Order: sequence, then structure tokens, then C-alpha cells
Amino acid sequence: MDHSPFSKAVSPGLSHRSGMSPLDVAFGLSRSRREFLRCAAGVTLGAALAGASPWMRAQTTRKKRKVIVITFGGGARDQETFAPEGQENIPHLLNELIPQSSFFTHVSNQGILGHYVATASLATGVYETLNNFSAVPPEHPTVFEYFRKDLKRPVSDAWVVAPSNGFNRIGESDCRSYGPGLGAGVILPKHLLSAASSGGTADYSHLLRDNYETPLYAPQLGGEEFQLQQLEMILKLSVDDFISHARTVSSPDELSVYIAKRLMQQEAPSLLWITMHDIDIAHSGAYSLYIEGIRRTDRLCAELWKTVQSEPEYAGNTTLFILPDFGRDADYDSGGNGFQHHRTGDAASRTTWMMALGAGVRPGLVFDDPMQSIDLVPTVGSLMGFSPSQSLGKPVKELL
Amino acid sequence: MLPHDLKSEDFAGYPPAARALIVAHLAALRQLPISFVPSLLREAIDYDFKFPEERSAIDREFANLSSLSPAQIKEWFEPFAQISLSSKLEHFDWINQPALFIEQQSAYLWTTHQQDAFRKAATEYGSRLQAAAPPEPGPVRRLGIAIIGQGVASYDEPLFRNLRQHGTYFDRVKPENGLELLLAGAAARAKAHPAPYAHWYIDGGQAVEHSPLLTCVSYKALEPVRTALLKNMQADIARPGMGPEELRTRLAQLTPKELGMNAAGDPVLDRFQVKLFTEGSGTQIFSTTFAQWATREVLRRAEAQTLLVRFAPRQRQRPMNELLSNSHSDPEPDFAGSLVDADMAAYYHWINQQRLPGSEHSSFLVWFEGHSQALVVAPYFAPGKESDAAVDLGTLLSFADA
Repeated sequence: MDHSPFSKAVSPGLSHRSGMSPLDVAFGLSRSRREFLRCAAGVTLGAALAGASPWMRAQTTRKKRKVIVITFGGGARDQETFAPEGQENIPHLLNELIPQSSFFTHVSNQGILGHYVATASLATGVYETLNNFSAVPPEHPTVFEYFRKDLKRPVSDAWVVAPSNGFNRIGESDCRSYGPGLGAGVILPKHLLSAASSGGTADYSHLLRDNYETPLYAPQLGGEEFQLQQLEMILKLSVDDFISHARTVSSPDELSVYIAKRLMQQEAPSLLWITMHDIDIAHSGAYSLYIEGIRRTDRLCAELWKTVQSEPEYAGNTTLFILPDFGRDADYDSGGNGFQHHRTGDAASRTTWMMALGAGVRPGLVFDDPMQSIDLVPTVGSLMGFSPSQSLGKPVKELL
Repeated sequence: MLPHDLKSEDFAGYPPAARALIVAHLAALRQLPISFVPSLLREAIDYDFKFPEERSAIDREFANLSSLSPAQIKEWFEPFAQISLSSKLEHFDWINQPALFIEQQSAYLWTTHQQDAFRKAATEYGSRLQAAAPPEPGPVRRLGIAIIGQGVASYDEPLFRNLRQHGTYFDRVKPENGLELLLAGAAARAKAHPAPYAHWYIDGGQAVEHSPLLTCVSYKALEPVRTALLKNMQADIARPGMGPEELRTRLAQLTPKELGMNAAGDPVLDRFQVKLFTEGSGTQIFSTTFAQWATREVLRRAEAQTLLVRFAPRQRQRPMNELLSNSHSDPEPDFAGSLVDADMAAYYHWINQQRLPGSEHSSFLVWFEGHSQALVVAPYFAPGKESDAAVDLGTLLSFADA
């Protein structure tokens, strides 16, 4: 997370944002998202229209409620997504999902901008401070632990699918009153693929090099990872079929979505968390690959939403949240190198968006009020009926 | 160890010029907070291997620090003094390993939510320093040239989208001998305004014939270094306890000699080239990233007066299904993807050039190699306009550089 704090300052007048405070810039980003959405997707500013959420009128259905969270992982900036010049990269979000969504334009992440620690913070509702590159559990209880303990749900009811091997400890914390045995099952499809292929002739080490900041590094796994034999037991998938399917997909995120769909069909978990990661190829510095990652993620989000509509266990009772873990550095921040990293802590790297759609969500609304990424867990808690007591976030009132 | 305890003998391990510089300004260093001093030492420890412009900037910074009164030092560095560090960091050997200290300090600042305060303090300090000790204006207006799209037969998407609002777009330039004409223009500037490391040619592939007056860095020429580095990384990764941060630290310590560079080479340029691979992310893998990062670093560090960058096609990123087929054949080039990479890199080239002194007079030209599209950002070229002038690239460059 090193950067160059003493690098040369941007020339005055170079940036239209120069002279603005970080807060001004963050609000500017939000406003531009809102204006764009109003023009492009025909959505309405939500604050004036917000009443009680349909959730509150549907208490009897709470038992069947399901929540899926997709972290649009790897960080994506406005200019490649919701700004006018970026719209071509997100046709599915824009044309299919946004009109069905409540969209939050100003989500800030005040924590550490590393993907594992930031996703752990999203999952606990506390800005975690663990080492981003270590296979350690979050310090505070995760949303999965609150959900399972408070609602007395079995282990099969909460799952995490993450393409990055560094995320294998995200399912449960080491908090004494929660922790081991109360978390979510974690599936790391790429690692599963490697295990499934052991003994073959292929070299899978390149697939495990999933930390795009240090592209040759493949972390060692620790903790309760998904065992290979569970492929068959839980996903009802033979090793051969799994490998055969893997040979047809072009990226780790596609494999993750495939696994998520199998989970939905076989286990129908009430709480499903999917972390995308293809976009983080941006760390390699190849802009075209970053854009490809955004377009793929856009397509996969829509594909997963279609699956929700077609699966009887999910259709009509599922709320989907999509949010990036954070943004990426601005082009004009001299401490960074534009889209490549998220190291400066500038407004563009900290400010992002969230969309919620499906059961209990008013469609076609845009909300500008600032929220924090740690507000996700208490919001999910309010929707599903559990109490994330240690979370420092606040429920998003527009979704209650 | 805290800065007020610093003694001249603490710098015995520094290269001679760096040691002499620091010892001369030791009194000022002793008054500064520990959250600041290692950042300064990280730059100063490599003083002997810095480019002239970097040395000049470091000289100015130290001279400025020594000129400040105790009251001014308190005022300038109060925000840094407010940063609290752990005792582990205070006991770290930040004198001899300032870069490693900075890395650990950075992680600590993020963890303790002090990163934003540090960033603010650093930005304010940088602005103050620029105002108090401004750099000398260069002898010639700065010129950047980016040549993108090598090998692309046709491309239907609009190019230079980020730059169009800043410059004039040409769609009828004559592409004949374009590369030669642009290189000749760069060489002419090097001849007219000779200075060490002031005029550069970076090639993302194999460098073509060029004037010896241009400092040249090419991806192809550095292939043995890159191969040695990748081998080194693989060996390090296999060691127990090696993590990404340890790996990065280890890479930062690699020397040109360890990567097989000729001992009789240019020590300043060799170190610079090694750092392109050890400090850059993705430079080891993609030639387009290498060219972009090299451009950024040449501007940031050498403050090049002339910089011509020619992008070459990078290797194609193989999709997962292809990786699973276990084919070991070398991936073919990704021409279209490389053009998109280079188009964005050209924009960053211009942004980085604009960060340097005299940006209001500087010029920038980007050309789609072998084709009729180009764009010029220069004082006498109207921003956001298009031109159908049928000119060759030598003529266009001469207008841009006029």
C-alpha cells in the first residue's frame, strides 16, 4: 500500500476538480452518477418519494427471504461505469438492473483499501484492520454468523463464493461469542479446480495467482476450506463434470457464478455472498483488460439476477445487493497511476455506489444521501431479522 | 532511534555523495518528526544514482529545510508531528532501510486510520516546498510524443477520446515515414539542447535505429533482465514464509548486477531500468504496461525535455479455458487490446507531462502508427477542434514544437 506522498503536485487548473476538498469531490461523483442515471435509465430522485419499504408490509414472508450480495470486486471507477463515457461498459446494469433498483450514489469506504480487508469490512460492518495479505479471519463477527446464530440457521443456509484464494477465511470471525462453527461455508472455485485436477498433467499454479497486485504470488490456504468431496455431496457435481465445465468458461468469475448457481439449485441458501474479482486485473496496468473485466462482471450480474428469477426458491423473495468494495485512483491524483491501483485514498478510490433490487425494494429510485460500506450488514440484518450487534454501520433507512 | 538523536556516523553505510549531503544538513534533519524523515532519506539514500533533475530537487529540498527557522519548522511539520507511530516503527532501522520503513509505516497508517491525515500533510508539504523552492525553468519547452497501435491494420472505435477536449484532432495526416520523422524531430531537439538524460526514446518492443543522443530504454533489450527477474521471483515465492509484501521488499533490494546487467554499464540508467521491473506492477508481464510505467517514471524522475514513446503489441491474456488446455505455446500478440492500453497510456503520458514545470508551454503529439489519425495538444492548437489538414508527421511535429 505504499505510494509516493511527495510526488509532484498537479498543476493548478489541470483538473476541473482541483481546489475542491475530498468531500466536494465525493459529492461531485455522486451528483454525476445521479444525473447520468436520471438521463439514461429514467430513474427518479428517491428522497422525496421514499415511504416505508414493502418489506415492512410483508412480515409473514420473512422466513422465506433470501439475500444475495455481489461485491463488484476489484474496484471500478465512475468513468468506466456510470459516467457517460463509461456507459458502454455496463449495458446490463444500466438497461436491465438499474430500472429495477434503488440506487445509492454516494457510498464511501473509510477503511483500508485492500480487497480482502475491505470485503471483510463489508461482511462485518466494521472497518477491519487485518493484514490484507494474510489468511486470517476477521476480528468481528460476520454477517453470516449473526444470521446463523440469531435465526438458528444451519450451515447450509449461508455461503460465500470467492474467486480469490486469499478470501478463504472470510466465512467466520475469530470472535469468541461467534466464530468457529457459526459462519458460512466458503467455496473458492479456483482452488477447487486445482484440487480436482491434482494428478493431472496441467499446471494450475497460474490460476492460483489471483492477487493481481503481486501477480506471481499464490497464497497458501489455511482454515476450513470447502473440501473436494463436497463437490459431489453438496453441489451434486462430479469432479469430471466440474473440470469439463471449467474448460468452457473464460474467467474465474464465470466459474464463481457457475458455482453460485449450483449452490442456489442444490442448497438454496438464504444468504449468499459472491465476490467478483476479475476487474482487479487492472493492477497489471492493461486498460483493455480492466474494461473487459467490467463488461464481464456487468454481464455476470445480470445473468445471476436472471437465475434468481428462474429458480422457484428465489423468485419473488430475493433481495440482491451489488456494490464495489471501493473505487480506484483518479487519473489526476499524482500519488497514484490512475486506474491501475487503489493506493492513494483519494475520493475516487473511496467513493462508490450500491444498488439494491428485488423483494422489498422500490425500483427506479436514486438516493444521494451519503452512506458507508459498513452500513450493508445492519441493512441486511434489518431485512432478514437479525441483530449485528457489533457492527458500527447503520441500516440504510431507504431500504427499511 | 528518533531524528533528534541522529549523528553523522549513522550514515556510514550510505553512498558517498548521499552521505555528504545528509551530513551537511544534519542539524535540520534532527528537528524533523520521525513520520517525515524516512521519506526524505528514501530519496536521499539513492542520491548517487539519481538523475540530474532529481539531484537538483533533493538539493533544493535540503537547502530549504536548513533555511527554515525553528518556528517555521514547527509550523511546516506540525501535521507530521501529529502522526503517531508505534514503538516498533520507532525502533526500526529507518536510517539504513528507509524504503522498508515507509512500506511498514504505510501499512500502520492505514491500520490506524491515519492515512488520510498523512496524505493531507504530505500534499500540503509538497505544495509549500514547490512554492518556497521552485525548480528552474527548462531550456526548452517540453515535448511528448506517443506512437500507438503498432501492427493494427484497422480500428473502427474512436481514438484519443480523453485527449480530444485538450487538443486538435487530425484525421488526414500522411503516415509515410512517420516513425522516422518523429524520431528525427526528437533527435534534433537532443542535438540543439544537449543535456544528460534530457531526451528519451522508450520502445515497448524492439527499438528502431535512433540517434545516440537519445537515452533509450526498450522492452526487447531488457528481456534478459526480465527473464532473470521472473526466475528470481519464482525462487523467492517458493521460500517458506514469503508473502506479497516480503516479495516486494525483496524485489526492491535487487541490483543490476544480480539481474545480470553488465557491470560496465551506465549505473544510473541501469538502476532506473531495474526499478521499472521491481517497482512497477505488471511491467514484468505486459509490454504496454512497461512502456506506460517507464514513461511515467522518466517524466517524474528525469523530467525529460523530450520523450518519444512507441508502444508495441503485448502478449494476449489467455482466458481460463485456454489455460486449462495446458497449451504451453507462446500466446500471440493482442493488437487491438494493446491499442486500447496505449491509447489510455498516451493520456497518462500527457497528464504526467502536465505535472512538470512549464506545462502551460509544453506540447504533446499522439499518432496511430501507420494510419492517418493524430492529435496535438500545444499552445497554438485549439482544444476540442478537428482538422482535415493533410500534413506529414514531421510538419505536424514542427508546428507542435514551434
